[in-house]
Amino acid sequence: MAEAKPNKPSGAVQTTGHAWDGDLQEFNNPLPRWWVWAFYATVVFAVVYWILYPAWPIGRSYTKGVMNNITFKEGDKEVTMHWNTRALLWRDMQTGPEAVKQRRYMDQVANADYQQIVSDPKMMGFVQSVGKVLFADNCAACHGSGGQGKIGLFPNLSDDAWLWGGSLEDIHATISQGRHGYMPSFRATFSAAQVEQVSDYVLSLSGHQVDPASAAAGKAMFNGQGGGCYYCHGENGKGMKSQGSANLTDSIWTIADVPGQGTLTGKRDVVAQVILNGVHRQMPNWNGRLSATEIKLLTVYVHNVLGVGK
Amino acid sequence: MAESAPQNIIYQARIPIYPRSVKGRFRRLKWGILTFAYGVYFLLPWLRWERVTGPDQAVLFDIAHRRFYLFDLVVHPQDIFWLAGFLVIAAMLLFFVTGIAGRAFCGYFCFQTLWTDVYILIERLVQGERPARMRLDKSSWGAEKFVKKGATHLLWVLVALLTGLTFTLYWGDAPKLLLQLFTGAAPFPAYATTVFLAATTYVMAGLAREQVCTYMCPYARFQSVMFDRDTYVVAYHAERGEGTRGRARLSRDSKTREQRQQQGVGDCIDCGYCVQVCPTGIDIRNGLQIQCISCALCIDACDTIMDSVGWPRGLISYDSERVQQGGKTRLIRVKTIGYAVALFAAIGMLTWSIVFDSAFDMAARQVRQPLFVVLSDGRIQNSYDLKINNKSERTVTATLSLQGLPRGSLALATGDPRTLRVAADDSLSLRVRVRMPKDSRGEQIPFHFVLRTAAGTQPVVLREQAYFSMPRRAPADD
Repeated sequence: MAEAKPNKPSGAVQTTGHAWDGDLQEFNNPLPRWWVWAFYATVVFAVVYWILYPAWPIGRSYTKGVMNNITFKEGDKEVTMHWNTRALLWRDMQTGPEAVKQRRYMDQVANADYQQIVSDPKMMGFVQSVGKVLFADNCAACHGSGGQGKIGLFPNLSDDAWLWGGSLEDIHATISQGRHGYMPSFRATFSAAQVEQVSDYVLSLSGHQVDPASAAAGKAMFNGQGGGCYYCHGENGKGMKSQGSANLTDSIWTIADVPGQGTLTGKRDVVAQVILNGVHRQMPNWNGRLSATEIKLLTVYVHNVLGVGK
Repeated sequence: MAESAPQNIIYQARIPIYPRSVKGRFRRLKWGILTFAYGVYFLLPWLRWERVTGPDQAVLFDIAHRRFYLFDLVVHPQDIFWLAGFLVIAAMLLFFVTGIAGRAFCGYFCFQTLWTDVYILIERLVQGERPARMRLDKSSWGAEKFVKKGATHLLWVLVALLTGLTFTLYWGDAPKLLLQLFTGAAPFPAYATTVFLAATTYVMAGLAREQVCTYMCPYARFQSVMFDRDTYVVAYHAERGEGTRGRARLSRDSKTREQRQQQGVGDCIDCGYCVQVCPTGIDIRNGLQIQCISCALCIDACDTIMDSVGWPRGLISYDSERVQQGGKTRLIRVKTIGYAVALFAAIGMLTWSIVFDSAFDMAARQVRQPLFVVLSDGRIQNSYDLKINNKSERTVTATLSLQGLPRGSLALATGDPRTLRVAADDSLSLRVRVRMPKDSRGEQIPFHFVLRTAAGTQPVVLREQAYFSMPRRAPADD
């Protein structure tokens, strides 16, 4: 061992000099000095960080940091803020690559007419993902996340029946102008027996096996001056788009939960309740709340993705 | 410094190491590996490759467009589990090799070792051999020291920059990116990556060197625990080198091997060459140590000396602990077989996955909110979101149909045509509807979506299982 020995102190391994229980000792393997300097460097880093970024709480406020302004647009006005994750997100949502990509699609949708959008699978892919978010944010509170609605309260948008029309133009009008669905109460018009007869007739329209005599009497009131139901529902009960009146001949029920009733009596009762109480429903207009492009996206989404448009 | 230091030093300055150069078979092997590795690393980004779609760079990790190009293999984000497979293979290979040959990775393949080798080479070419370097370090600052040290660091920085630059070129189109980097038009991450890699290369290979292996590297630690008595390690044969009376330098009356053996002196002539060539600055004659990276340069050094005195080689050699104790190394043991099986299984599975990866695939996910819808004619409708991926380099035209649902009908939310066009290296997501007369209650009817490529193109038929949900409660029915 004649050579100078690097990295190895001569003699036995050092101990820290402490002894426990008489002979229990601890080796001292010195840390490399640069390691200590690296530790000091982290301390310096922390101090620099405190100066540059939001760091220390002071009462209800905190140190904001210096030279870290972020400018972003909130609505129409330009806001400059100290560095924080919310401002970063805002800026990213306006200038990030995904945001730029989204804006390009948005412009494409804004400049296309409905036929162009519907026939372009790429644009439809965009409608599908953006429409889902728009619908969830604005419409799902009433219509449900999948547009399934709620019988008696909000129409089901995922089927192929449309009270106010199912074309793209109709749906556009519905979203932008809102709708007001109304059916008067017939409590004062009909006697209890007449309500039953009209209910039987309504059920018979969609193929239910009811007492023919009762249904015939109901039909007379439905199509006559006594009830005047045909004013809105039409003579054959197919409903009218202009009135938002329901088609009574199909399998779909929006107010009376007929499918949910096990017995014919039960079905008749729920129909009778609608006749007695009437209907009063309202959908707000979204013209001021959503942009024209957003309404366009939602229209296609409801017409093609969510439901079965005409 | 240890002599003068107090008993309890807690921090220790680095003791400089001046590795002497050596010639021999392991040094040749190491230069060979280094040349090959540098050749691959520095030239690969410049290799061009012809593709129908996509860039013409053979190896390109295109983060922005979410594609990794490896020659004819294009890796999509959904193939990311291949990375897991690759890492499993790498880990198993490391375990396998370490179990047999010790820290072979450290000594021959690790980039820390390769780059340190190059930096030591630069040092030697500029400043001279070990004694010259030691003298230069001890001398006071003058013109010679300034020029030589300056030139060394300059070359180090150059190599570091080249290393960082090359790494960056793997992530973008190399010729274009290089031009951008020099004209100041490259994106910030490109500069950051180049500078960061250059800085770490300079610090790790130039300044930190063996400390990386000793203090920082986790692999060094866990490779050591995979040794056993049959693992080949660089070993000094103490019984031969030390004899009964220890090692001794050559002197007038202990010159020949016979003389020495009669005196009980071992074959080690204590020349110190093995210590001088060690890049981690240890003395292998003290036995296997944690700093040893198995680079085998001490074997070359000792062999050179043994050749010059005319004694048999192998005073320091690759041997297992069992051989040192007079046994025979067993290569086939539970551990090596186990690692080999796991290694080949992982290689097989990854190869299988890559070779049989479909360039065209489809996934169907049922819309669950609502699960089913009653249509005005009383039929039941289920909706599905289909995602069709075309990973090939040509546009695919295909038709969609149902199988196993005789009464069902298919409609696309975008209206028909049912002929779908998926552009090359693109995907298509669409909502489709399946309608069926209500003929049962609460049933889940299995069926398949079938996607058939149009005639004239490569025939592909994809089948994707799905279920049709019937309402539990019968609507408009008693």
